[in-house]
Amino acid sequence: MTERSVSFTLNGEQREAKVDPRTHLGDFLRHSLGLTGTHLGCEHGVCGACTVIVDGAPVRSCLMLAVQIEGSVVETVEGLGNPDSLSTLQQAFVTNHGLQCGFCTPGMLMTLEAYLRSTPMPTERDVRIAISGNICRCTGYEGIVQAALDVAATRADRT
Amino acid sequence: MKASPFQYHRPQTREELGALLTRLDNAKILAGGQSLMPMMNLRVIAPDHLIDINRIPELAGIRETAAGIEIGAMTRQTDVLSSETVRSRLPLLARALEHVGHIQTRARGTIGGSCCHLDPSAEQPAVSAAFDAEFIVSGPNGRHVIPASAWFEGLLQSALGEQEYLEALRFKPWANGHGYGFAEYARRHGDFAVAGGIALLEGDRDGRITRAALLSFGVESSPRRLTEAEGALLGQHVDNLDIEPVIEAARSLEAMEDAHVTAGYRRHLAGVLIGRALKEACATLERQS
Repeated sequence: MTERSVSFTLNGEQREAKVDPRTHLGDFLRHSLGLTGTHLGCEHGVCGACTVIVDGAPVRSCLMLAVQIEGSVVETVEGLGNPDSLSTLQQAFVTNHGLQCGFCTPGMLMTLEAYLRSTPMPTERDVRIAISGNICRCTGYEGIVQAALDVAATRADRT
Repeated sequence: MKASPFQYHRPQTREELGALLTRLDNAKILAGGQSLMPMMNLRVIAPDHLIDINRIPELAGIRETAAGIEIGAMTRQTDVLSSETVRSRLPLLARALEHVGHIQTRARGTIGGSCCHLDPSAEQPAVSAAFDAEFIVSGPNGRHVIPASAWFEGLLQSALGEQEYLEALRFKPWANGHGYGFAEYARRHGDFAVAGGIALLEGDRDGRITRAALLSFGVESSPRRLTEAEGALLGQHVDNLDIEPVIEAARSLEAMEDAHVTAGYRRHLAGVLIGRALKEACATLERQS
């Protein structure tokens, strides 16, 4: 099938690429761009591991075609921080033991990153509903919820 | 896991969309993709052509007209949920949308997509049926309106023709202060419901019911209005409703059975949930003084 070119912003950098229309965004990020931080679990929209941020909204990258990001701003976990300098949210996950095997973590981080931008002062229940589309089989969610609440509290102190 | 190969089309206008639908065989419209993409990834369906309508601005948006509130088919669920017009005039729709998927799926998923896909457990088609919404459809023969009573043809089957597309849904709001109730049971928050119930009520200043809509969804292959039970509510006082016949009506439906849920359990849930929805509608009905 005919390849299409797409141009988009990825983690702040302008990019262009050619894509097969049937390639979903998650495969495109991992296979074509080598950004393997985005994890693919179920590939039919149930597990949330592949969540990335497109134009400010958290989306499941397995349910969006790469060709659809034409002109869009895409953020992946690679854009949050790096091993030498974790983002506030990433550091809060470490502090609160919000991860164990790490498979769901990129999706949890990107979901909460987008969520905390639009809802800076969530309640515990709000956070639990926000991550209801992300499945974690290790942590029992407690550390993840606490990490999000810590970040919200820290930001509230600063303002 | 990825979809079978297809030709990708991205019309920018409704005219281009109409022309593509007339010209192409085995074509599917891609709206939010939150049901279609899983089906394509799992290869349940393999269209030859995919027509992406995400870049046609006229298909999205919420506007109040003399005929009612029109919600463009491509309007994202998150935008419907946060719309002040919807929250104040169609509170039942906002209430139901909180149960539709998760923030990631509502950011992409559309009201029109859900109402064309017609999963029997889906909340948005159920709300449309409770409101007797009108489906505004465009096709080779121009634009026409399909009432909710004719929209649902069966499991995953709407009245939309192959060369047609859904433009918008039109809701006629109920009187200010009307009562509304919504209840569903799902195994995880945001999952498709096992079953659910919806109730809408209007009353006079003495608290007597003057208008009622009752509906069960996820029970039969399409949302089901409980018309006889609706009629029986008229004239009753909101503080002293006879709820039992309503519960019995939902419990008597021909319930679906699947690998997880027996028909008997679904019927039981249908009764419990319509009862909860009706009680909530009684509680939210404002007394006119």
